[in-house]
Formats: sequence, structure tokens, C-alpha cells
Amino acid sequence: MLDPIISARGVNVFYGDSQALFDIELDVLPNKVTALIGPSGCGKSTFLRSINRMNDLIPVCRFEGELTLSGQDIYDKSVDVVALRAQVGMVFQKPNPFPKSIFENVAYGLRIHKMCTAKSELQDRVEWSLKSAGLWEEVSHRLDEPGNSLSGGQQQRLCIARAIAVQPKVVLMDEPCSALDPIATAVIEDLIDSLRKDYTIIIVTHSMQQAARISQRTAFFHLGKLVEFGETKTIFTTPKDERTQNYITGRIG
Amino acid sequence: MIDFGKNAGFDLKGRHRAEARFQWMGKIAIAISLFFLAAMVFTIARDASGIIKQTQIQLQLDLTDATGIAQNNKHPSYGKAVKAALRAQFPKVKKRKDKKRLYGFASPEAGFEIARMIDESPEILGRITKVWVTASDGLDLYLRGKVDMDLPERQRRVSDAERDWIATLQEQGHLRRVFNWGFLTNGDSREPEVAGILSALVGTAYSLAVCFAFAFPVGIGAAIYLEEFAPKSRLSDLIEVNINNLAAVPSIVFGLLGLSMFLGVFGMPRSSPLVGGLVLALMTLPTMIIAARAALRSVPPSFKEGALALGASPVQAVFHHVFPVAMPGMLTGSIVGMAQALGETAPLLMIGMVAFIVDIPTSILEPATALPVQIFLWADSPERAFTEKTAAAIIVLLVFLVSMNLIAILLRRKLETRF
Repeated sequence: MLDPIISARGVNVFYGDSQALFDIELDVLPNKVTALIGPSGCGKSTFLRSINRMNDLIPVCRFEGELTLSGQDIYDKSVDVVALRAQVGMVFQKPNPFPKSIFENVAYGLRIHKMCTAKSELQDRVEWSLKSAGLWEEVSHRLDEPGNSLSGGQQQRLCIARAIAVQPKVVLMDEPCSALDPIATAVIEDLIDSLRKDYTIIIVTHSMQQAARISQRTAFFHLGKLVEFGETKTIFTTPKDERTQNYITGRIG
Repeated sequence: MIDFGKNAGFDLKGRHRAEARFQWMGKIAIAISLFFLAAMVFTIARDASGIIKQTQIQLQLDLTDATGIAQNNKHPSYGKAVKAALRAQFPKVKKRKDKKRLYGFASPEAGFEIARMIDESPEILGRITKVWVTASDGLDLYLRGKVDMDLPERQRRVSDAERDWIATLQEQGHLRRVFNWGFLTNGDSREPEVAGILSALVGTAYSLAVCFAFAFPVGIGAAIYLEEFAPKSRLSDLIEVNINNLAAVPSIVFGLLGLSMFLGVFGMPRSSPLVGGLVLALMTLPTMIIAARAALRSVPPSFKEGALALGASPVQAVFHHVFPVAMPGMLTGSIVGMAQALGETAPLLMIGMVAFIVDIPTSILEPATALPVQIFLWADSPERAFTEKTAAAIIVLLVFLVSMNLIAILLRRKLETRF
């Protein structure tokens, strides 16, 4: 058994007076794809956003419990969210390339973290990122064009390239395919599978087929509670909890 | 068979009627506003058309003994030479009263015009030369048929004798009408025929430059802080309410503030574009802040989120991604605020920019006036010819306004990022 890269212990998250997550205990293993599934409003996105502390942006949001990344408590006072987010990349539901060129989109993280000193190094890293995201062939001849001139699926791959350019340990994906057609989705799914060898991926998805196809481990959330967590195969074939059973067979959700 | 036609019920007729009624009302509203706009443009253009050309009178100037003619050395005037030339043209005029009327053909500024001519080409000194000088506003008005000659002679501005002299001058070709460059290149004057708009135009340009230089950075800074960084609290709510209220404060109040603060406390030079610009800046700040905040709010939050998720600091996220996208909107808002400031008179009266300024200001510290104040001053002048100057000055103001808006549109086109 591998050591977990992320582990949550007794995580409670509140939005003002209402509690969104209840006592979450969850270990994410490195270099695996972990899928978070569950009906809308079950808290899976809240949990995902707790990992890179994007919830900090919501003034009424409050976090309790312990969440560690590589053994370090990420909610410790000494943690700078900028450093944390450099290690935990994120891909959003709706592709959100910056209104800049394709090149600048990928180079942005490298620039702000001052990761490349020489211009050639920067170009190499951008090329490498786009290749890793499977986008290089399609855009290599038009890196100066705006990022939003690409199709939806290409934009989402650009966002993935942007996230992995700074070589984070973990990549969080919040329903990355929900705005895409099935063909673009298939491309992204293949990409996620190939990224697994270098990164730990946590993906929130509404599609159970997608979770079954791409993840090794699946967590089922329901009403803010982690109902069941384990090997994807086990969850989808022999779920222990009745609620999981009902959800994956389509009776609730 | 189902009826899908007009008689199908569903109150179709009533709905169509209501639709037609509303469209007609809209068209009438537009027609009314267009009518008033056209009427305004027409009356202004009609009044201003008189100053497009200006009457000049040709004099046979005797400068053979010039040293004695110049009245004082600092600002030499050749008024005596002008009078002598007019006398020479009509040797039969002997009475003192008639001579005075004759002198009235040339503008009182003609002597200074000759002084400037001599500066440019000193060789005319000591010779007899023919020169064109500006005619008086009375002569100009007469030539354009603006003097009612049907009135009895005593009530007229042009007597029968004057009429005959003018006829003679015309016959001899001593009168001409030329394009009125003076209106655009002169400063203000007591004499309408030489009064120009340039000093007010320069004063306005300086004031607006000061206004922009002060209000834009301050306004944008305040907007960015309030919108992107300030913690939401009772204090920030209070500030927001107050900014909105300030936008509605009558402009003369800002003039009073400028008077007591910039002139009273800081001792800045009175009547200067510096103070005028600062007062206008105070006045436009709330408008600018509100416009800039609206521009910032219209930026999709996903840009900021994306940047933050990459590990950008909040300042980086805002300045790299939100600010550039909001920039065109903020600029447009600022220019709209500046356009408002451009037409503002009341606060400028309070800080003394209502002065009679002849010289073109060369810095923001010199006394100056502004276009709307100039319009106000001219509209207040009793001379008939100033009515036309007023209309022409309004046109200059409107052209200034339109060009500012044009710049705003061009800037927005250039800076706009598509997303």
C-alpha cells in the first residue's frame, strides 16, 4: 500500500451557518485518479476546493479539521496559499483561458513563479506542457492567437497545459468535461489517464461512466458526508452502502 | 382544421393593437427628440455662420514718420496712423463728430495689428503702404445686412453719411471679407471683431489634462481597492453609499470646496487651470469610481479564479487579468466623466476662472478661463456681435466634446480584448 499524498481527517466545512461537509476522512493515493461522485450539492466540489484553499475566497466559508498534503497541514498558519496553489493545480468546469495568446496562457504560471529565467527555457517548458496536454500538434503554428479562439475541448486542454506547466504535485479537476461534447470528452479522458503517471489527479464528475472509466479510486458523497470510498471497481460492482447502490443504479441523484 | 390566423382568438387582436401602439409611441418619442436636436443645431449653426468670414478694411498707411506715431514703446500701437489713413481717404470729412464715426470703421485693435505687421516685416516703416486691417463689428454687421436701415436715422447704428462712406469704400475695393482665422487664434477681447476662443480653449485643455492626471489614477485605484480587495464591512458599505451620494452633489459645492481648500489652505494660484482641473477632478471622481467599479465587476470572475488557482497573488491576479480586461470600460467611464467636467461652469466661477483673459495661458499656473465660462461671458456681453461669438464658441465646445468621445471609442476599440 502506498502512502497517501493527501489525507483528510475530521474535515468540516461551513458556509455561514450551514454545514457543507461533515467529518470527512479520506486518503488520496499518489499517481492515481480519484473520482468524487455524488448528487448536486453533496459537497464534492467543496471538498475539492478545500485542497487548494480556493474556498478561502468565499468570506463566509469556514474550515475545521486537518487536511495534509505530503504530511503538511495545508491550513496551518505558516502556509502561504500562493505556495500551496503552485503545488496544487486546478482545472475548472468551464474552460477559462485568459484573454491572452495561447503561449501566454501556458507561460503565465511559469512567469509569476519565476520558474524560467531564459526565454528559450520558457519556450521549451510551454512546448513541453502543450505536448503533455496533447495540444501541441494543433496549436504549434499559432501560439500567438488568443486562447479563446480555440474550440471548447481545446480550451480545456489549454487549461490543463496551463495547470501542469508549473509541475504541481496534484491536479484538481472540477467537472472538466461537463461543458464538452462526447468526442472532446474522450480526448480529455485519455489525457487524464496519461497524466496519471506524473501527477495525482482528483476529479469531480457527474458522469458515473466517466468515473468508472478513468478513476482507480472513487469516493461517493451524499448530503455532505462521505458515504463510501474505495477501489472504483468495488464501488461500482459491489457497493456496501445502500445509498451508493441507489445512486450508481440511478435511483437517487 | 385548426385556425392559426388572426381570428384564432387568444386575444390576438388586442395584443397586435398594443404592439402597434407601443411602436408608434416609441417612434413619436424619437421624432420629438430628433426635432429638438435638429432645432438646436440649426439655431446655433445659423447664429455662428456670421463669424466664418470677417470684414477687413484697406488703409493707405503713411509710416514715413513712424517714430512719432507709436504711442508707447512697450506695446506700440499705431492707432494714430490708422486714424490718419482714414482721414486721408475721406478728405471732405471735417466735423469732429463725423471724424469719430469715420474712425469707428476700423477696429480699435487695428493699431496693434499694424504693430504686429511691423514686427514681422520692419521694411514697411518709413514708407507709404496699403494694408488690410480688421474692420469694426458695426461695419461687419452692416455689410451682412444685420443693421435695420428702415428705422429713422436717429435710432440707427449707421447714419446716412456712414452708409455713403461705406458705399464709396466698396466701390474703390477697400473692403473685403476673409476667413476668420482670428477667432481660432486670438484670445478674448472687449472688441467682438477680434475676440477669439484660443485662450479659453487652451485653458480648458489644461484644466482637463490636470483633471485626468489627478482623477484617473485616484479613481481607478479607489475602484480597484474597493471592488477587489476591501473587506466587506459596514465601513465599506458606508463608503459606497457616500461615493454614490457625492456623484449627485451639485457642482458648485465642489467649487466652494476648491475655493476654501486649494486657494485658501494650499494657496494655489487663483484662476489657474491647476485649481480648475483639481476641482473638476473632485467633481468627476465619484462618477469615475462608479464607472470603474462597474467595469471591474463585468470581468468574468473565472479569469481571476484561474489566475489564483495557478498560484498568482491577489494583486497579480487583479493586475494581470482583471485590470486589462476592465481597462477599456474604465477609460470610457472616465472620458464620460471628463465630458461632464468639460461643460461645467459653476465650480470654475467659484475659483476665479471667470476672469477676462486676453493672453493665451502658457502653463497650468497662469490665469485662464474655460470654454463654458467664455460662452457665459460672451452671452452676457451687450454687443450684438458677441451673440455670434457665443454660438461659435458653443460649436467649438461641442466639437471638443465629440472629439473626446471619439477618442474614447477609438481607445476602447484598440484596447478591447475579446473573450
